[in-house]
Amino acid sequence: MTSSLLFNITTFAYLTSMILFFIFLASRAKTLGTAAMITAYLGLLAQSVAIALRWKESYDMGVGHAPLSNLYESVVFFAWTIVLIYALLDIKYKYRVIGAFVMPFALLGMAWAQLGLNTGIEPLVPALQSNWLLYHVVTCFLGYAAFAVACGISIMYLIKANHDANDQKTGEASVMSMFPPIRVLDDLNYQAIMVGFPLLTLGIITGAAWANYAWGTYWSWDPKETWSLIVWFVYAAFLHARITKGWVGKRAAWLSIIGFAATIFCYLGVNLFLSGLHSYGGGK
Amino acid sequence: MTTPKRNFLHSLWDFFCSLKLTMFLLISLAILSIIGTVIPQGVPPEEYLAQISPAKIKLYKTLGFFDMYHSWWFILLLYLLTSNLISCSIKRLPHIWKIITLPVTIMSDGLEKSLANQATIKSSNESTPVKERVVAFLSAEFAEPVVTEVDGTWHLFAQKTPWCRLSVYFVHLSVIIIFIGAMIGSLIGFKSFVNIPEGGSVSKIMLRSEKELDLGFSLRLEKFSVAKYANGAPKEFKSILTVLENGKPVPGYTNVRVIVNDPLTYKGITFYQSSYGNAGNYFFTVSDLDGKNPVSLSIAGQSSVNLPDGSSMHVMEATKDVSQFSPGLSGPAAQVELHTADGKAESFVVYANHPELNIQHARQHGTGPVIHFKGAEELMYTGLQVAKDPGVEVVWLGCFLMVIGIYAAFFMSHRRIWVRIQNGSVTIGGNASKNQGAFQQTFEGLVDRLKSDLTKEK
Repeated sequence: MTSSLLFNITTFAYLTSMILFFIFLASRAKTLGTAAMITAYLGLLAQSVAIALRWKESYDMGVGHAPLSNLYESVVFFAWTIVLIYALLDIKYKYRVIGAFVMPFALLGMAWAQLGLNTGIEPLVPALQSNWLLYHVVTCFLGYAAFAVACGISIMYLIKANHDANDQKTGEASVMSMFPPIRVLDDLNYQAIMVGFPLLTLGIITGAAWANYAWGTYWSWDPKETWSLIVWFVYAAFLHARITKGWVGKRAAWLSIIGFAATIFCYLGVNLFLSGLHSYGGGK
Repeated sequence: MTTPKRNFLHSLWDFFCSLKLTMFLLISLAILSIIGTVIPQGVPPEEYLAQISPAKIKLYKTLGFFDMYHSWWFILLLYLLTSNLISCSIKRLPHIWKIITLPVTIMSDGLEKSLANQATIKSSNESTPVKERVVAFLSAEFAEPVVTEVDGTWHLFAQKTPWCRLSVYFVHLSVIIIFIGAMIGSLIGFKSFVNIPEGGSVSKIMLRSEKELDLGFSLRLEKFSVAKYANGAPKEFKSILTVLENGKPVPGYTNVRVIVNDPLTYKGITFYQSSYGNAGNYFFTVSDLDGKNPVSLSIAGQSSVNLPDGSSMHVMEATKDVSQFSPGLSGPAAQVELHTADGKAESFVVYANHPELNIQHARQHGTGPVIHFKGAEELMYTGLQVAKDPGVEVVWLGCFLMVIGIYAAFFMSHRRIWVRIQNGSVTIGGNASKNQGAFQQTFEGLVDRLKSDLTKEK
């Protein structure tokens, strides 16, 4: 059994899970929702084993390091954290239908990684040879994943809120009845960001600590740093929006979606379009 | 006369205390920060300036876009944000402080109606023994209650983690502490860069302000080396450094290994491995196409020299053994860049053991000179980032406070329970400053257990 085979199994599991969630949404058959969730859990398990195995494989090759060192590995890890955060949310709240809006993000990540990126295990360049790599990447990506889940929930919120505003269309009502009430969606959105924001903060701080240790500058307004701060500003605005009149509900949902768009730009856009210190994005 | 003035100050105060200002500032900072990630900061490279029109360059310069994070308007926004969060804290803190230090220990009817969680347990016992029971129960299951008696009615009040209401102010304070740390760094710290050739030493460094700084000691590079992985990727950049005081090596600071991610700190000044290169001379012979007029040429390190035909040349990279890059070839080779007199630039490889390739290259490019590589002196230099930042500890303190504060602000809540015992009837009310859902469950659980506790042995 190799990690590469397991990653393919993972991708297939996430695809199956997503399709099951879609059918569940359309058919409202409860067993399908359970089946979709179980498939997602199995995928998560396979991926966890695969990540551990890839870690071991790198040691077997004599270039041992945590599998978080290039674009492929980070995208795989991102998909893993998305499903992990979603699984935790499911254990706590059991709103199955959310899976239909979260699993596509995980599948997109895995499919892109497996089909479009260089999957080879590479030795660590000197700049990445530090324990900070692990702390920095893990905290950042757990934060990103929580924002991905919040984004999925916000999309549901907007669909549901729009539908509630003109709920004459009886045909759609069946699907809508599957959605949690908008009050609950609003709360879940907040809960997810409440998990993501401290993690992003820790991610930025560990990044600053590492930069200071490696270069003697904790903040240099590098595009990656700046974009992480932009993301931080957007979610800080989101958190303050909840206690500001006129900003609750739809506007907060939009802030959450914009926040995730900024997150994705911070993660991928900066590497693909701008130049800076985090050059793994160029290494296709 | 004073009224308009007071009104003005009042509305100014309200302006700074408003959350709308917070939203505006956070979103403005987010949007404006994008500019500096798109436009290169500091000294923009020539190629970039060539791309955009002179009018644009002038506009960007006027607006401070080439150093936007230090521009007056960006700093102003940061100051406004700081004023905003200080004002908000000052406005709300006294009220919060009162809630924490002077809790309402008696549940009035008005308070009872405002509470999200209420329950009543009927008990036929007398008030006093029931009170004892409830006190014991709350102490064991929730928190030690404050007991008050008013006209034969017992009032109990118990609370958990009231101080977590302060956490949000700690987060705000942490932002200010980080700003202070950054200011200390920019006022009394410095950043610089120094190159040291093998065997050489430095005791003075140039600051960015063009001032020279005497280190008070000297730093000698004993050796620099690069290790590579089997696939040619760099594995380690290593400088062996010795600190000298009055020309003598300092014990414990002799032959220190400095690699990327493992710097050397001496007397508060830290040296970080940053770059490297060849400081030795490269040797070439330059001649006409037919081999006439040979001239020997040496190029020192990164510098460039003029060739007889008016073009200039510098070395980009050199190797002792070219076979690892071009199998089938052997011996030393150098990658050089040639800038011709008419402004063209080209980069190519010249060899020591393959003069025919050098001639062939020159032929293909018309009239240019033939360049033969003759080898290089082996002398590396290391490039070290030098920094001293006494503000760093303050910044870390701020970061630490921020993390603790955010954790407490999100995941802890001030939970309060009031109990009123009157004529054998126990009325319980409770609320939480956050996470109402979780508190509701806790509250219901408490009420259930209290009910069974009170009715257990009648």
